[in-house]
Amino acid sequence: MSNVLAIAHKELKGYFASPIAYIVIGFSAILFGWFFINLLYYFDRMALQAGGGFGGPQSVNVNESLISPLFLNVSVILLFTLPLVTMRTYSEEKRSGTIELLLTSPLTDLQIVLGKFLGGLTLYAAMLGVTLVHIGILFWYGNPEWRPVLTGYLGLLLMGGCFLSLGLFVSSLTRNQIVAGMITFAIFLLFWVINWIATFTGPTTQNVLNYLSITEHLNDFTRGVLDTKHLVYYTSFIAFSLFLTVRAVDSERWRG
Amino acid sequence: MIEVQHLTKRYGPTTAVDDVSFRVERGEVLGFLGPNGAGKTTTMRVLTGYMPPTDGKAIVAGYDIFDQPIEAKRRIGYLPETPPLYPEMTVRDYLTFVAKIKAVPKRGRAARVNEVMERTRVADMANRHCGKLSKGYRQRVGLAQSLLNNPEVLILDEPTAGLDPKQIIDTRRLIKELGGDHTIILSTHILPEVSQTCQRVVIINKGRVVAVDTPDNLTSRLRGSETMLVQVDAPAGDDVKHALGIVPGVTNVAVAESHGTTSSYEVNSDTGRDVRRQLAAVVVSNGWGLLELRPLRMSLEEIFLHLTTEEMPHE
Repeated sequence: MSNVLAIAHKELKGYFASPIAYIVIGFSAILFGWFFINLLYYFDRMALQAGGGFGGPQSVNVNESLISPLFLNVSVILLFTLPLVTMRTYSEEKRSGTIELLLTSPLTDLQIVLGKFLGGLTLYAAMLGVTLVHIGILFWYGNPEWRPVLTGYLGLLLMGGCFLSLGLFVSSLTRNQIVAGMITFAIFLLFWVINWIATFTGPTTQNVLNYLSITEHLNDFTRGVLDTKHLVYYTSFIAFSLFLTVRAVDSERWRG
Repeated sequence: MIEVQHLTKRYGPTTAVDDVSFRVERGEVLGFLGPNGAGKTTTMRVLTGYMPPTDGKAIVAGYDIFDQPIEAKRRIGYLPETPPLYPEMTVRDYLTFVAKIKAVPKRGRAARVNEVMERTRVADMANRHCGKLSKGYRQRVGLAQSLLNNPEVLILDEPTAGLDPKQIIDTRRLIKELGGDHTIILSTHILPEVSQTCQRVVIINKGRVVAVDTPDNLTSRLRGSETMLVQVDAPAGDDVKHALGIVPGVTNVAVAESHGTTSSYEVNSDTGRDVRRQLAAVVVSNGWGLLELRPLRMSLEEIFLHLTTEEMPHE
């Protein structure tokens, strides 16, 4: 465990020593703020129309009309930022030869992979940490339910974990970080739009496509529903990607 | 301390290391000499557990590097050909990180980092980023990194490559100091380096071990004598040595390798005297099977030619 933490700590320091952490956190803060303002205006108008401005019985729900769509929009931010986080993880170590240090140290491949994953996840958590400010404002002036907010954050963390583990795997396949970043982005995009044609297909295909979509599983989380179906999807997605990464690193050893 | 048995490593169709066997005793400094592309780095990468061998095995500090990699790696310090530095870390941070993953106990870790920095003379750069170091300092930080866990076995891949003459002398002195406490394998393509630092030399070419001997013997063998390799179908023993030694013209017989029921010998003889006929006759008349009989001198000379011509621009 201390080995995993040592790697995670090193990764995290690496992010903050390079511009990547600042770009990722800054970019996501700006974009999240923009989504927040847009949805806030929209919500404001809806509230006016619904209650006629006098707090009528048909008042709109902050969770449903503001926080939930806001969380769902985060997937757009992740699409662009998380490839930046994972693209260098393995590629850079391979290019600079530091992978030789890691692979000849008394560490298992799994410890290295977990450490790198944890490092990325911590940076991502910091990224999400910024959004607490916006949500805090809503709690300050409004009265949202806290449960959907908590499950929403859990969902976001898991969804980000999926993206990160997938990116880690792609990075373990190449020594070129630009290639790793581009391929990761392409796969993210595919997983993001995979269910767009779902409405035009038969019921079975529709189910399969919806199940595969990374973002589709976030819906219930943002509504405060903790469904094992989604938990299983996210955790098994992460576990499988990390497993593939370990195998990729191992097979690289054999091929030399 | 280190035992390499029939090590073979193939990358697809190319064979980088072909049936290499040798031993290194505790406290010994072994030189791994060969031209570029001879298989030195590949052998070292197998020994350090970076990659598994295609065939054969390697036992380092009592542990099979493939079956018990973690235990073996705890006892190994390794300086790869390019020092594995993280450019964005300071020297001290980098060494602290390496100490952590090499399982240096938390208590005394900082002291150990300082000690190693003093020893490799990089203490004055402790707070400099690794990416901003000169080639000489990079190499020494790489060496510092390999010493952190106080390893029983040190494996150094071209530790003096790219250093200026003064740094080369310093590094060689340091390696000599380290020998005794540590068992060291160092690779080089520079002939004098071996004679200055190593007690024994393995010469490797095109993935095969060409000769194993002390630097002095190697040099004298080159001068004014012919060497034959004789492999016989009999266990290594004094009777074979003796029988070969009394052939007229033979000056020295040494056991080169022995595997169970077969053994091979390096037979030196006076220059210009072809003893092959007599050697063959002796082996056959004693009832051993003659498996191989070939002159070594030419191939050795070829390699030395490579080595010595490459040495010129360096020193």
